[in-house]
Amino acid sequence: STIRTLNKKKEDPHERVDNRTIYIGHQSSLVNEDFIPPKFCDNRIVSSKYTVWNFLPKNLFEQFRRIANFYFLIIFLVQVIVDTPTSPVTSGLPLFFVITVTAIKQGYEDWLRHKADREVNKYQVTVLENGQETPKESENIKVGDIVQVKENETFPCDLILLQSTRDDDTCFVTTASLDGESNHKTHYTVPDIERDLKSLNATIECEQPQPDLYKFNGRMHIYKTNQDPAVRSLGPENLLLKGATLKNTQKICGVAVYTGMETKMALNYQGKSQKRSAVEKSINAFLLVYLCILLSKALVCTTLKYVWQSKPGQDEPWYNKKTQKEKDTNLYLKMFTDFLSFMVLFNFIIPVSMYVTVEMQKFLGSFFITWDKDFFDPEIQEGALVNTSDLNEELGQVEYVFTDKTGTLTQNNMEFIECCIDGFQYKHRGASSELDGFCVTDGPVNKLQQKAGREKEELFLRALCLCHTVQVKESTEQDQREDNLDQVDGLRIDENVLQPPQKERGFIASSPDEIALVKGAMRYGFTFLGLESKTMKILNRNKDVEMYDLLHVLNFDPVRRRMSVIVRSGSGEMLLFCKGADSSIFPRVRQEEVERIRLHVERNATEGYRTLCVAYKRLSEEEYAQADAGLREARLALQDREEKLLAVYNQVETGMSLIGATAVEDRLQEEAAETMEALQRAGMKVWVLTGDKMETAKSTCYACGLFQRKTELLELTVRTLEDGERKREERLHELLGEYHKRAVQDAPPVKAGGTRVCFASNQDYGFIIDGASLSMVLNSSSESNMRSYKDLFLQICQNCTAVLCCRMAPLQKAQIVKMVKSSKGSPITLSIGDGANDVSMILEAHVGIGIKGKEGRQAVRNSDYAIPKLKHLKKLLLAHGHLYYHRIAHLVQYFFYKNLCFILPQFLYQFFCGYSQQPLYDAAYLTMYNICFTSMPILAYSLLEQRISIEDLIEDAALYSENAKNAMLRWGLFLYWTGLGAFHGLVFFFGVRFLFSNPALQDNGQVFGNWSYGTIVFTVLVFTVTLKLALDTRHWTWINHFVIWGSLAFYVFFSFFWGGIIWPFMKQQRLYFVFANMLSSVSAWLVIILLILLSLLPEILLVVLRNPRGPYTRKVQQRYTHVYTSHVTTHARTPTHTLCICFNDVSVCFSRDLVFAC
Amino acid sequence: MMASSYNAKDEDGHHSGSVSHGGAGTAKSKKPDNTAFKQQRLPAWQPILTAGTVLPAFFVIGLIFIPIGIGLYVTSNNIKEFEIDYTGVNVDSPCYTCANNFSWNSTTSCSCTVNFTLEQPFENNVYMYYGLSNFYQNHRRYVKSRDDRQLNGDATALKDPSNDCEPYRKIGVETIAPCGAIANSLFNDSLELYYVEPSGALNAVPLAKKGIAWWTDRNVKFRNPAGVDLPTAFKGTAKPVNWRKPVYELDPSDPDNNGFINEDFIVWMRTAALPTFRKLYRIIHKNQSSTSTLPSGRYVLNITYNYPVLSFDGRKRMILSTISWMGGKNPFLGIAYITVGSICFFLGVVLLIIHHKYDTRSNSADIPN
Repeated sequence: STIRTLNKKKEDPHERVDNRTIYIGHQSSLVNEDFIPPKFCDNRIVSSKYTVWNFLPKNLFEQFRRIANFYFLIIFLVQVIVDTPTSPVTSGLPLFFVITVTAIKQGYEDWLRHKADREVNKYQVTVLENGQETPKESENIKVGDIVQVKENETFPCDLILLQSTRDDDTCFVTTASLDGESNHKTHYTVPDIERDLKSLNATIECEQPQPDLYKFNGRMHIYKTNQDPAVRSLGPENLLLKGATLKNTQKICGVAVYTGMETKMALNYQGKSQKRSAVEKSINAFLLVYLCILLSKALVCTTLKYVWQSKPGQDEPWYNKKTQKEKDTNLYLKMFTDFLSFMVLFNFIIPVSMYVTVEMQKFLGSFFITWDKDFFDPEIQEGALVNTSDLNEELGQVEYVFTDKTGTLTQNNMEFIECCIDGFQYKHRGASSELDGFCVTDGPVNKLQQKAGREKEELFLRALCLCHTVQVKESTEQDQREDNLDQVDGLRIDENVLQPPQKERGFIASSPDEIALVKGAMRYGFTFLGLESKTMKILNRNKDVEMYDLLHVLNFDPVRRRMSVIVRSGSGEMLLFCKGADSSIFPRVRQEEVERIRLHVERNATEGYRTLCVAYKRLSEEEYAQADAGLREARLALQDREEKLLAVYNQVETGMSLIGATAVEDRLQEEAAETMEALQRAGMKVWVLTGDKMETAKSTCYACGLFQRKTELLELTVRTLEDGERKREERLHELLGEYHKRAVQDAPPVKAGGTRVCFASNQDYGFIIDGASLSMVLNSSSESNMRSYKDLFLQICQNCTAVLCCRMAPLQKAQIVKMVKSSKGSPITLSIGDGANDVSMILEAHVGIGIKGKEGRQAVRNSDYAIPKLKHLKKLLLAHGHLYYHRIAHLVQYFFYKNLCFILPQFLYQFFCGYSQQPLYDAAYLTMYNICFTSMPILAYSLLEQRISIEDLIEDAALYSENAKNAMLRWGLFLYWTGLGAFHGLVFFFGVRFLFSNPALQDNGQVFGNWSYGTIVFTVLVFTVTLKLALDTRHWTWINHFVIWGSLAFYVFFSFFWGGIIWPFMKQQRLYFVFANMLSSVSAWLVIILLILLSLLPEILLVVLRNPRGPYTRKVQQRYTHVYTSHVTTHARTPTHTLCICFNDVSVCFSRDLVFAC
Repeated sequence: MMASSYNAKDEDGHHSGSVSHGGAGTAKSKKPDNTAFKQQRLPAWQPILTAGTVLPAFFVIGLIFIPIGIGLYVTSNNIKEFEIDYTGVNVDSPCYTCANNFSWNSTTSCSCTVNFTLEQPFENNVYMYYGLSNFYQNHRRYVKSRDDRQLNGDATALKDPSNDCEPYRKIGVETIAPCGAIANSLFNDSLELYYVEPSGALNAVPLAKKGIAWWTDRNVKFRNPAGVDLPTAFKGTAKPVNWRKPVYELDPSDPDNNGFINEDFIVWMRTAALPTFRKLYRIIHKNQSSTSTLPSGRYVLNITYNYPVLSFDGRKRMILSTISWMGGKNPFLGIAYITVGSICFFLGVVLLIIHHKYDTRSNSADIPN
């Protein structure tokens, strides 16, 4: 929150300056006299929320802002102020406990933050002051200080790199702790800086702090004596971010530009917005109902009290005079306090302990995910990760799954499969058969067994070797070798393929495609040796080293979908190599070349490969000079740098000639198809959202079974939109209408709840849309059209088995998720992805799942749950999600039930005690009921229950849909539980009431009083409520046994103990020997047994009657219906001795216990 | 919410891993333990309630409950109980004058005599109860108006009882012992029972005062304050407003039955659960010589009428009752047991029929195989 306020301060109009000027090393010589050095914040990081002094008030304030805590505080205050039936301790103690535990937890967390803050702030750094190395504490760094950082140290603030000990004026950093990318990134020093920083006289002009990690614009003015100031542009490649670590470089010097809370790291830290689960919403709705019950109970009692008192002699009989104070109180005030007293008396109906138990259940329950060894991936040596436990049960409610393709459905483990040079296909056939040249296989074109010209081949391979941003990993030091394992992607897998001398050569790149391409080139004889001081070295087929000067890199970005390099060859030739997606390359090359290669590209794409086209262009000196000037100018621009760069890039990358295409395979994740099938069978709709091109994505969808052969594809892409000559808008309208007719109107309506579309015998539909079309749907010109398009689109999608959205920008992914999320019925959505481009949709969906893949850790960090592999999603949802939902739903219902039947007798007792707010139970029982006597069994249940075994859940995915749409927390079931609670409450109270029509219950003629009455009711209550849970428990582990029987034993023990002693310091000894005397009465025993049995009787009966349609058998039923749809034959499945006979369309199944027709 | 991770400093990179919350951190870079508990594979008993398993239970419950119920019902019916209302509401009732001329200030007590006939003799010990109706002993203000410390003989509480006793805490400067509304309203009618011999002579029935209160109350919970004798122990305290004599003179016949440990007092102090209640007054022990404790015949109940109930529309009763192992006469338990047992049995039969039907259907369907 500190940061947020800081941000707000930034927006203050007075302070709003677009740029900040920094004097490097605080050189004041060039500052004119009236200059006031600008104030920047210091380098202190404050992430802690509290100080010692404000902890108590601030924390208490924060806690009581939660509505539940506030409610309990109010109840407590009422008890303190008003003369209420129960002592303030009964509600104060649990509240105090909850508040204290939370405060301790938060205090501890804050203490950790303080500790971490201190560690960061007191960290010793070296600052160059007038050329002298001076040690300083990190928090004292000021903007403009020159800071020295050694290898493996983290940067204490955002620095502009001035000097590096490396020869090529670069340094390597890893930003693993910032964005999770563990690869080494190269940063460059500002060009033309003197070696002696003491004499450096320069200012930096840069933008105000902003959180984007990858954006930085600045300009450095270098003042040299007797010269015009030189201007150098500064970009993100010059900026070293706080939190990143220096690698492979001995020492660097940099000038601090952003410090403390203005560093990009600090600006990026923000609490994720709280996601609330559907169960929580249900709890709140139920709470409201119970609050109404509470209020109406209090109101009824208050009214009846005054009606009753109006009869003569009732209000103040001679034996029960009022105190003077009571007599003096105003009537209306008296009524009000009476109302409050009733509220307090019945307030146990909404217990504090429910919140505690729910939180405990969620917290403890989430451990089962991290403990699950099935989620452990030996490759990365990690299991699942739970970032929030608030959403455990939401995992069992998912209706829509949005999955990323690359890295999620596929492994993102690229392998070079083939290439096509000048229309000839080259396929690699494994290391054994290959010596020096190519292995040529049958191509689609007639020119079988032919090769492209050698010159073209080599040009193509050079292009592959040059056009990339790959670095060669230096394995010089011993300790680095250990890092290799986790830092060099893909190396270990390919080790056996590589030749021995190349074995230790690892490549580092931000995208695995590039590594695959470079390795592919290596296979064909061209080895990239590395980049040294802007010179790229290539070992060619003749084992000669070729040198190229790297002049410019035109970086890759997802909008352009291509990248280029401009190099000068040894012979002085200027060459531009460009590689990129076909759609972005084809328009920029000569058209006659396209056709030959397009065939290959499209065939490769349908086979599920990722294709890239490679083009080149020779630049004349003038062309180069023009491009060079343009690029430099654009890079220096402070404003709109990106746009200007883009314009120059577009200008340079034209008129190229196409030389070939590559195909890289991205293999499917393990069990991707099985997982997708299971999700679909579980009633979830799977949408694939990818940035990839349609053909590739489509082939992946086929491969993982989302589309099947019989699936009819409805395509809404740029291609289908451009078919006619009419405007796209019209065509869109027409297509949407047509698809809607086919998929929605003609299709039989899908039954609510039974979302198993894949079982439907009729036509399956698949929908494909691309980014451009989607934005047309979403941002149509007219408002009314837009709404109707959106509706049509949604309706079509909802009737399709699978939806594929390709060419999506990250934000569009989030848009889709949001659209589905807010559609009718507000379905629960889940997003799963592995890359930074999936973060937006992970954050948007109800549940965000990150895959611990290769594209960094950003998705994992922003996710709610992270799993190592896609296949783990199946168990996470089908088993864990199902169980969590079942457990917590039962927990919630049970809690409301047990408190209703706890408080109802107390309410009924008011009718027999003159509405005087006399509690039925002793204060100890009132307090302990929810804390001790009945809390542990339900907690154990909610952690351990497995109504259906995990194996069955995984095996039969259709079971998942049983819980769809919050099935266990619907109003119907809630009413059932409430009715049950009311029934039990009535049975308890009136059972004992009739017994007490003659209170002489002991065989010595002695009588029982009101506390005995309450104790009998309470004993019946505790036993019934616990045994009711025992009836619901289907999975009795020793813990359940221990806790259930232990609770009952504890109750008996406690009652003896509580009644066995004259308690000192207690004003009243109400329960003295009450429990023991109760047990000495045969009648009490008999009534307790009778009432427990009578209460549970309907429950047992219901269990038995419901059984033929219970979940266990439903499971069996579904399993068989599934079997029939696929094979209409007679089946006898052995495991359960079930016999099924199908006559034409009618089949009958018999198992041992049940019969049903399907 | 509890597991919301502490991630502020993870971003620094100094600590990632070391400062991590519970489960997420511990499992990191370590293969999760393959224990049955952590893998949710604890051996478990998985009972499935089916008609087959529950049916016998229903029959067993029915077969156990019905005999118990019959036993209870018969026992309850065998208990002899005689009840007589002596409030004196009607003009022709013997206590009418006493009830209507009641005054707190009168020094002389009013007596009345009620005649009644027992049709059947009462065997074994007979218990004499007094019953009050519409008397809210369970009213909150009333229930809390006592000081158990004072009643337990605590010297400080004797002089300075709890405020809960208000407005029966002090008279002027003297504290009331025992304080509070419950003690103040102690039932003080005295009942005497006479058997009318066939000759017409009145024969007093011996009424025992001992054993009417819980043993633990008499011996532990209630204690007299320390002192040479009771009057000194209670010195400086006042008797409750509505009492005619101080607490240490409650039972002139038995010096050990005075003060807070007077059993009538203790019985009264155990507040009743419902506004209509009975409290044990006396025990008529079994007569060794004659067969029945109370032979059938005419009786005379002599009442010293001290306790007004008409002002709040209350009623007073005298109850004579024998006692069984289940306590006093109450047909409820017997009826309830018979009902529940029958329901169980009936359900058992219904379920059996349903079960049987299913079985036959599946059996017949098996034939095509």
